[in-house]
Amino acid sequence: MKERTADPAAKAARATPAEWQLRLYVAGATAKSVAALANLRRLCEEHLPGRYDIEVIDLLVNPKLAAGDQILAVPTLVRKFPEPIRKIIGDLSNEERVLVGLDIKQVAR
Amino acid sequence: MKQSRGKHARAVAVAAAKGDVGVPVPKAPSGIDGLDEVTAGGLPRGRPSLVIGGPGCGKTMLAAEFIIQGATRYGEPGVFMMFEETADELAANVRSLGFDLDRLVHDGKVAVDYVRVERSEIEETGQYDLEGLFIRLAHAVDSVGAKRVALDTLEALFSGLSDHAVLRAELRRLFRWLKDRDLTAVITAERGAEMLTRYGLEEYVADCVILLDHRVVDQISTRRLRVVKYRGSPHGTNEYPFLIGAKGLLVLPITSLRLDHEAPLERLATGIDELDAMLGGKGFFRISAVLVSGAPGTGKSSIVARIAEAACQRGERVLFFSYEESPNQLVRNMRSIGIDLERWRKKDQLRVLASRPTLQGLEQHLVVMYDAVREFRPAVVIVDPISNLTMHGDDAGLKPMLMRLIDFLKQSEVTAIYTDLVGDSDATTAHSQLGVSSLMDTWLMLSNVASEGERTRALQIVKSRGMPHSNLVREFVFSARGFELVDVFLDEGRPLTGRRRLGAQAAANAARRGRGGEVAARRKA
Repeated sequence: MKERTADPAAKAARATPAEWQLRLYVAGATAKSVAALANLRRLCEEHLPGRYDIEVIDLLVNPKLAAGDQILAVPTLVRKFPEPIRKIIGDLSNEERVLVGLDIKQVAR
Repeated sequence: MKQSRGKHARAVAVAAAKGDVGVPVPKAPSGIDGLDEVTAGGLPRGRPSLVIGGPGCGKTMLAAEFIIQGATRYGEPGVFMMFEETADELAANVRSLGFDLDRLVHDGKVAVDYVRVERSEIEETGQYDLEGLFIRLAHAVDSVGAKRVALDTLEALFSGLSDHAVLRAELRRLFRWLKDRDLTAVITAERGAEMLTRYGLEEYVADCVILLDHRVVDQISTRRLRVVKYRGSPHGTNEYPFLIGAKGLLVLPITSLRLDHEAPLERLATGIDELDAMLGGKGFFRISAVLVSGAPGTGKSSIVARIAEAACQRGERVLFFSYEESPNQLVRNMRSIGIDLERWRKKDQLRVLASRPTLQGLEQHLVVMYDAVREFRPAVVIVDPISNLTMHGDDAGLKPMLMRLIDFLKQSEVTAIYTDLVGDSDATTAHSQLGVSSLMDTWLMLSNVASEGERTRALQIVKSRGMPHSNLVREFVFSARGFELVDVFLDEGRPLTGRRRLGAQAAANAARRGRGGEVAARRKA
């Protein structure tokens, strides 16, 4: 089950795939998952406005998908594009590290 | 195998009836030969067991065989979750043991999941848990209806994730989760320097701990297995050699936990009438161990070849392990005393397996024997000579290995005949060089008797448990016609053999004719 973000900028960009394709794996609406998604959205809006696409995958609904991206911990954020693939696990509460992990900092500033 | 399992079940039932096993923990048979005997039935059902060992000890193989045997023999589907090898690598590895993992996966009996943990690819920020792992495991378990799980090896997580506090909490949850789902699990772990395992996994998995070890002594490598702990169950506490053979793992217990092989009254005729007569008139007991010891040239091989021929003539199968002569040499040599082995080889009633004893270690020889016996299912097994297997000298492991062999053959319901080469000097003393005579049920001793320019052979029965047997020394004569055991002629208390016997006999016959059969009557008595 793929749940696109309701972000208008992302929607506008859908005709051509967004430059940043992010996938967030969660297991139900736990506090950690909710926090991770909120943190991610805020961060993307701030640093990648209009250039990102977030796909949330709930493993409780779709357990099969866990193996594909080698998901172990939840929440896990996977940067599918730009390549190479990167993974960040945790609730993404440390913005600095998320930016480093996604390699966003130089791009954005 | 079925037979031995049945036997085992009986043994457990007997043990339970006797009350020397409290309330036995329910067990899941591993299907690994020997391990189920050591653990009195298998691993604790519905609980995790820990298998510990250094690199190359066979942990993965043990775990894989546990899953595969479960799926193929016990109708228990399984999940193999691996952290170090990919599914393809595992399939290739177990294929070398003759297991078709791909087929089992295809048939929905086994699910495999390779979990890759690569530290360099993972950034950690904030709180997380390992729910993803649980979901994957649960998904795999549900997809095949698994009853068994193998995790090989969880410790990769420790190097992949930096937050060990979270990891430990999650592992505790994982083991609880496995128990709650009634899954029989094998968890492998690296051997640690201070603790049993490198990351102290034994703290979480405490029901059954099996330690694997791999060591090299005198250039011969041996793997050993020990059950360190088994909560709620008796188990063998020794170190047992085990091998990764062509058909999977094989643990070699000295014997099962108890001596429980069959002891039928049925006899096995030796094919030498006089010898049968010495053995209570009927020959050896079936499923017994027979030692034929003697100095070089006393006719050990000839006697066992005759026993083999007689068994073949009765339509039984004979497996002949020859450690001195090649099959062709054996056939040729035996033909000279009127024994045609080739005929039985052609009919595949007789198989001769010849190899150099130094070719491999004793344990490897044992495996060859195990495999051959299980495949061919002979009634009689001949080891000629057992003493050649022991060239590696005074290895402390030697006697236990011979015990394993002897016990294994008894468990296989085989009459086993071992020849033992001894020096002429100690041929007359009642001791066997190998120190295995106490394990033997019947012991024939051959010796050379040399006097007045002639060497003759003598045969006596040192012991034969459970049957009346002759205490006389017989002269043992063989020619192109076959065997003959002749009463030693006593001349004023001195045994006479060979030409001197013939001469004395002739004289006695002449005297008897003169004295009206008095001597004959005495000799008959």
